[in-house]
Amino acid sequence: MPADIQITALSKSYRDKKVLDSLTLTLKAGSTTALMAPSGAGKTTLLRILMGLETPDSGTILGLENKRISAVFQEDRLCGNLSPISNIRLAAGTHFPRRTITDALQAAGILSCASQPVRELSGGQRRRVALLRALLAPYDLLLLDEPFKGLDTQTRLQVITYTQTALQTAAQNSSSPKTVLLVTHSPEEASLLASQTLSLP
Amino acid sequence: MRRHKKAIHPDKNKKKQTADNRLRPWAIAVWLAVWELASLYIGQEILLVSPVSVLRRLAALAVQPDFWSSIAFSFFRIIGGFFLASLCGTLLASLSAAFRFVRDLLAPAMAVIKAIPVASFIILVLIWVPSRNLSVVISFLMVLPVIYTNVLGGILSTDRKLLEMAQVFRIPLFRRIRYIYLSQLLPYLRTGFSLSLGLCWKAGVAAEVIGIPKGSIGEKLYEAKVYLETPDLFSWTLVIVLISVIFEKLFLRFIDHTVTLIEKM
Repeated sequence: MPADIQITALSKSYRDKKVLDSLTLTLKAGSTTALMAPSGAGKTTLLRILMGLETPDSGTILGLENKRISAVFQEDRLCGNLSPISNIRLAAGTHFPRRTITDALQAAGILSCASQPVRELSGGQRRRVALLRALLAPYDLLLLDEPFKGLDTQTRLQVITYTQTALQTAAQNSSSPKTVLLVTHSPEEASLLASQTLSLP
Repeated sequence: MRRHKKAIHPDKNKKKQTADNRLRPWAIAVWLAVWELASLYIGQEILLVSPVSVLRRLAALAVQPDFWSSIAFSFFRIIGGFFLASLCGTLLASLSAAFRFVRDLLAPAMAVIKAIPVASFIILVLIWVPSRNLSVVISFLMVLPVIYTNVLGGILSTDRKLLEMAQVFRIPLFRRIRYIYLSQLLPYLRTGFSLSLGLCWKAGVAAEVIGIPKGSIGEKLYEAKVYLETPDLFSWTLVIVLISVIFEKLFLRFIDHTVTLIEKM
């Protein structure tokens, strides 16, 4: 049975400001967990620690060994000169099927700009490219930092529906469990996508 | 991977600004007219030759057998120095970006090369190498710090957030260089090449005028000076400017095209 991700007594401070204070939680293998908390509560810091971009001051994380991570960052972090297809292939692999990418772009409503440099896209379109890149890249742990930020109501629902399908498909087609951590301010997003919701103090 | 030519100018306003800096034909015509009038007013070609005389002299020079061989002599040496320096500058900048101690070690050397007057270099290098290869070394020394500084600046200013993204997605180093670094480096490379191409022609020809290697453009300029052949001086200067500008345009276009091809996915 694959291991859960166990976070124990995790603390992190920037200068004198404590961002995470003895955080303990468990992400069950193969589950989707929503993490809700007010701004500045350390959600992004937790994701950065899980991604290996920050080192905690104290505490332990077990179960991350050899896990492939995919992510939607707080910012889009796309290569502006490259098209959405190229940005996705950069993370998913240069031989990732074009058809799969165009199907995903269509489902997210951005197929018309598939070959445009992403710097020419709107904020909402870029956000969707960042989300598709995360969903199509190979992963065991998917970290989503407010992935639907900047989308209008109708588009957001469309993209959430696609995300639900993509997560289910990924789980069904893989022998290893796909664990997802979704950071959001929206209870609606949490209820639509996650099997458990946690709150940070 | 699709890449778009517009990417050469990441900032749209920058592109507009570049376009605004283009030479206008009417402005060129005004300055040519001023030159012609000044030449007519002075009335002595030895002091200021007219543009018409320059063109006439250039046409006469172009049919002489050693005209093209002089151009080839200087071109291959000066551009050879440029390519060698571009390669070394890029390699050294990559090492400096990767290892702090290399950057610290090279900083005084680059500062010295930049600060030393080109004339001092020319005289010094003349002691070490035969005059026929002088322009290669001088061109190399002029280009090296410019390319080094630009490439290093480009690498160090690569978007850290994109590098973090590459780390999280475990994008292999070769793909990072190809799609993240190269793209971010291109504007710096273009600026470096553009600056150093102008410099290497100026310094390379100056070196030839001092070293007077047989069959070079520098030798022709020297002879023009000795015999007070002002039309020759202007004609050869025009030749240098034309070669420099044409080569720069073609080379930068080649770089853009190559980067586009490399980034195709």
